[in-house]
Amino acid sequence: MRYREALGLALREEMERDENVFIMGEDVGVFQGAFKVTAGLLEEFGEKRVRDTPISENTIVGMGVGSAMAGLRPVVEIMTINFALLAMDQVVNHAAAIHYMFGGQVKVPLVVRMPQGGGHQLGPTHSHSLEAMFLHVPGLLVAVPSTAADAHGLLKAAIRDDNPVIFIEHEALYGRKGEVEEGAEPLRFGQAAVRREGEDVTVVGISRMAVTAGAAAETLASEHSISAEVIDPRTLRPLDLDTIIESVKKTNRAVIVEEGWPHGGVGANLAALIQEQAFDWLDAPVLRVTGADVPMPYSKPLEQAAFPHEEHVVAAALASLGRDS
Amino acid sequence: MHSLPEEATSREVLAKMSLIRRFEERAGEMYAQAKVGGFLHLCIGEEATVVGATQALRETDYMMSTYREHGQALARGTSPEAVMAELFGKEGGCSRGRGGSMHLFDLEKRFLGGYGIVGGNLPLAAGVAFASDYTGTEDVTVCMMGDGATNQGTFGESMNLAALWSLPVVYMVINNQFGMGTAIHRHSAITDLSKKAEGMGVPGVKCDGMDVLDVHACVTEAVRKAREERSPQLVEAVTYRFRGHSMADPEEYRSKEEVAEWRKRDPVLAFAGRLVEEGVVTEDEVTKIDEESIARVDAAVEFADESPFPPLDSLYDDLYVMGGQVQGWYSVDERSPETHRGEDEREAGKVAQDLAEAGAAHASDEPADEEQDLSYRRGEDG
Ligand SMILES: Cc1ncc(C[n+]2csc(CCOP(=O)(O)OP(=O)(O)O)c2C)c(N)n1
Repeated sequence: MRYREALGLALREEMERDENVFIMGEDVGVFQGAFKVTAGLLEEFGEKRVRDTPISENTIVGMGVGSAMAGLRPVVEIMTINFALLAMDQVVNHAAAIHYMFGGQVKVPLVVRMPQGGGHQLGPTHSHSLEAMFLHVPGLLVAVPSTAADAHGLLKAAIRDDNPVIFIEHEALYGRKGEVEEGAEPLRFGQAAVRREGEDVTVVGISRMAVTAGAAAETLASEHSISAEVIDPRTLRPLDLDTIIESVKKTNRAVIVEEGWPHGGVGANLAALIQEQAFDWLDAPVLRVTGADVPMPYSKPLEQAAFPHEEHVVAAALASLGRDS
Repeated sequence: MHSLPEEATSREVLAKMSLIRRFEERAGEMYAQAKVGGFLHLCIGEEATVVGATQALRETDYMMSTYREHGQALARGTSPEAVMAELFGKEGGCSRGRGGSMHLFDLEKRFLGGYGIVGGNLPLAAGVAFASDYTGTEDVTVCMMGDGATNQGTFGESMNLAALWSLPVVYMVINNQFGMGTAIHRHSAITDLSKKAEGMGVPGVKCDGMDVLDVHACVTEAVRKAREERSPQLVEAVTYRFRGHSMADPEEYRSKEEVAEWRKRDPVLAFAGRLVEEGVVTEDEVTKIDEESIARVDAAVEFADESPFPPLDSLYDDLYVMGGQVQGWYSVDERSPETHRGEDEREAGKVAQDLAEAGAAHASDEPADEEQDLSYRRGEDG
């Protein structure tokens, strides 16, 4: 089933399981969701549990926080990650802080779902990859699923979790197919997936870049006889650092691939953690492959040049091994 | 019923509406041919709101709009060539291909932008009006938004400040009765949007958005009050978009009958009909104006086709205003493994350049059917 259908299935299963789970967001009901993730849910669960909201991101998220404090399990959909920036106050000052600042008296079991990513020419206000912004905030959990099965399993886990979860989907992944077991148990946050085992270099791919890293590993094997280990952390908070460090201790090299901006990015953070914990094992600097450090341009060739492709990952892996591309 | 303006003005108004109509139709065709990417929002059906408002402004007044703004740019005088080239993502576009359909801009015409974030333009407009006031000019800012945008926090916040500080701004709600697939009565508690800012100190009027003369009369008066009385105003123009929210929206949230009913009030045909009826132009002249519009749009497509894509080494152009300030790592390109200065991509090393080219080469990739998701082209919008 497709990634989008896997998400829809997870929503359906959790709504059937728990009366307190409800969905709200812009055009999630009658319009069936901007990317059709919520297709059919209004019909199945009715307007009480599938709510079309006005265009009011900060307030929708804030109502999610409030209703979660009062015992519900809201799943708020934001159409595109850039629009979540309008809700940053509720996310950072409220959702993330409330359990802590009130001394643990109240919890915020909220899920905010949204897609990110470039490649569809949606331009400088609709195409960014902002997982690093959410990763930065203590109190939030952050998921970045790259496969249909992970989308399903992690969304179920997110809904059942008692913490606020930022659930980041990817526009380019919605149509990708993968095996999903209906009714499967939730996955656990904080467990990385080793997508491919290898000996020579560790490649960590975030969100859609886990897929790109996988493709690069194929090329590294077939054209350069290099065996890359590909790791998809799946969640950034909590982070399964152990799996990454173990891999780096084996390969002695690391390349981190993300679509977001380089300054203060996920890779910057991960590179710091790796050098702190595995410095003696490293045979080369930790390298990053990131999106270009610009607002996403609309023009197709510029846009394509502004986010990483397979060849960028291959080049970085070769560089970490001291080989020319 | 308003009486017609002078003959020359009447012709100009019809020509502008006709150009916008033909431009939008062609833009839709170009999208179907994949010459235009991303999201494309057409204003077909809403031409009277655009032209009626623009005609009420002086050249020195400012206009700001949403992502549904090709018409506003054209009505302000931006060339169809520059707008079409922007839609094509070409260097000759009015935003040099960086912004696309949702982010047109033309400083010279004082069209201060289309904005892709719903409600994001409202505070900006208050700020522009503040600057006009501050510098002691007579300029007025007209800021357009959709009905859906009136639900953003920026709506209330901008209205209050505009009223509190007596700013020369006119907010104009182009009420096409839907925010994407959500009908107005399902998204706004108050559906008479002309009243929505009253409690914040901004009085409003409602006009018939299918009648260019009514829009013009209401906006003219609102602009006068903003200019002379320093009193911000709200104008609600009730209209209807004949097409989907963006291209190929399946429009399952409204009935074909409803659309057909509104199409009977086609603002371009209605105005043309009236001009003929009152003997200002002949049927033949109407046809001629239409043909001229089509020819203008043909030329625009030709220009856009021939305009080059932005060069790859211009990726970092205009990120910062580079003057005599301290040099440093303003920007950094981590797509390539070699070290480089970063702040000027044009000085990047060969590896970085090769990789940029390799990435850009993906622009010609045809989507592989099964794996690729084309839903975004089916108008599933964000
Ligand atoms: C902050 C934000 N939220 C959501 C969107 C997605 N979106 C784009 S247009 C639109 C509907 C806007 O409706 P309205 O304001 O009535 O304007 P119209 O499109 O009808 O002209 C939505 C929800 C957005 N662009 N920005």
